[in-house]
Amino acid sequence: MEQKNGTLLEIHDLSVSFQMYEHGIGNSNLYRGLKQTDLQVISDLHLTVYPGEIVAVAGSSGSGKSVFASAILGILPDNATVRGHLHYKGEELTAARQRQLRGTEIALVPQSVAFLDPLMKVGAQVDGHRKSQPTEKRRSLFRRFDLPDKTPQLYPFELSGGMARRVLVSTAFITDAQLIIADEPTPGMGLEQALEALRLFREMAEEGKAVILITHDIDLAIAFADRVAVFYAGTTVETAFASDFKNGSDALRHPYSKALWNALPQNGFVPIEGFQPYAGNLPKGCLFAPRCPYKKAQCTADVPPIREVRGGEVRCYYDV
Amino acid sequence: MKEALKRIVRIFVTYSIRTISLLFAVSVISFVLVSASPIDPVQQYLIGLGTAVSPQQRAEIEAYWGVNKPPIERYLGWLSEALHGNLGESALYRRPVATIIGERFWNSLALMFCAWLLSGVIGFGLGCVMGMYQDQWADKILKKCCYILSSVPVFWLGLVLLLVFCVWLKWFPIGFSTPIGVRSEDVTFGQRMHHLILPAFTLSLMSFSNIALHTRQKLIDVLSSEYVLFARARGEGKWTVLCRHGLRNILFPALTLQFASFAELFGGSVMAENVFSYPGLGSAVSAAGLNGDVPLLLGITLFSALFVCVGNMIANLLYGVIDPQVRAFSAQNYRS
Repeated sequence: MEQKNGTLLEIHDLSVSFQMYEHGIGNSNLYRGLKQTDLQVISDLHLTVYPGEIVAVAGSSGSGKSVFASAILGILPDNATVRGHLHYKGEELTAARQRQLRGTEIALVPQSVAFLDPLMKVGAQVDGHRKSQPTEKRRSLFRRFDLPDKTPQLYPFELSGGMARRVLVSTAFITDAQLIIADEPTPGMGLEQALEALRLFREMAEEGKAVILITHDIDLAIAFADRVAVFYAGTTVETAFASDFKNGSDALRHPYSKALWNALPQNGFVPIEGFQPYAGNLPKGCLFAPRCPYKKAQCTADVPPIREVRGGEVRCYYDV
Repeated sequence: MKEALKRIVRIFVTYSIRTISLLFAVSVISFVLVSASPIDPVQQYLIGLGTAVSPQQRAEIEAYWGVNKPPIERYLGWLSEALHGNLGESALYRRPVATIIGERFWNSLALMFCAWLLSGVIGFGLGCVMGMYQDQWADKILKKCCYILSSVPVFWLGLVLLLVFCVWLKWFPIGFSTPIGVRSEDVTFGQRMHHLILPAFTLSLMSFSNIALHTRQKLIDVLSSEYVLFARARGEGKWTVLCRHGLRNILFPALTLQFASFAELFGGSVMAENVFSYPGLGSAVSAAGLNGDVPLLLGITLFSALFVCVGNMIANLLYGVIDPQVRAFSAQNYRS
């Protein structure tokens, strides 16, 4: 696979599918549970992350964003099949390497307090199982996040929503990770705290680390990220500079990104027809084709290749 | 601290009220059942006496015992005596019921405690192994063993073990809690344990598969939880996950189940004690039932209800002490 220079993480044609057992035809008892299907959740995903930047992966819910995070970390369940190429610092990201890197070089900021052990005190959880972590670092982190002094002695269920968020963010900051994958890190935080968290992400980026900000909040993505990968039905249709979104739909490259831009409240609130296709029901060819106003015969036949257009990347046959 | 003490006192009072009302209900129901049964206590008493009595003497005994009085009067009479600590005299053993229960209870307690500990430790350990190797061969084999063990009746299992270990291999004595022909003062602790092992093991087989299967399922649930996913994302390996998150999250349900198994244990001990001729409450209750020894039967029924009730109370108290979520919740409840 062709490598670019100086990338931290490179993902080419990543597909993730889950083996599922479906109810048989006619729901008769004889066939029930016998039919096995592959549920494709991520298809031909393409993303490049450079050191020192924040890349937002923005998409609506149900588009497979969390599965994408698990795939990078190598913590998908056993019934998942991963195809494609992942490279970290120019080297192939094998299962063994993922095991080595997670929690040390790659850290995850999970979505909710449900990702904390309900019966373990917060302090011990933030420190993690690698005992070498100095608790002094935790103390300064907690001070920075305005977490009360008693926080380490609390159990997760005793945290308020905002506190829980800040605790989750600090689990990543306490490591020396080069790559931070933040899965919806800000909902539930107050504006001040969200800004503080995002400021910390920015600081880390300035230290040469990289942050993948998984979010459904396109405004947040535009405001805080350097680049925005537009996620649709389990694939990235376009990677654009955040500034492109500020410059209007003409600066964007993919019909879906343009439609998304037009649908934002501040840009006219114009919706388009149809729904995002769900896993198990994906169209052939380009995943956006059924809703695309520029669709041609080619689009429904084959998946379009990734092309570089005006410094960004787009998975579309045409310059629209 | 003061608040915690207040809470414990409060819980204790609540449970005591519940226990007393339950014992009252159990005494009424068992009294009604015994009254409705064809057992004739006078007849049983006379059989035990071993000498022939004239119909006139019999009528005198009946009048003295009050068997022809209305049931409510009889019950109140029995209840007031029971409240004064007199549970009557066993027709079978010719000794006060309370004394018999007191003696036999310690034998039963030793047996049940060993079985309880054994089933808890084995069950929890095997459950963890099955959960960790879900759907692999170790899990499949152990799971089948558990299903088989929980479907086999205890007394049959006891007979098989008796045949194998006592008759064929001669590893363990065939019955009783002490060697035959040795004065009770001279029995050593080792000899008691030697007599206890096989009945305790048999009894533990009854409940350990239950605990193992529950622990397995709970561990599987925990391992597929989001917090374990996150722990793995932070680089925790399979066994680190088990030690850091698995054990602490499955221990509470397993403990509850373990304490809730007191009732089953008591039922099982009747079988196990009979098979091994072990002189505990279980063999006494079946002897009382078979010989129509009404005072002993009622006494043991009440006592076993109390025993199970206390077991459940300990479970609930313990749960509140060790689970921070329950602790916080009940603290909130009692405060408001």
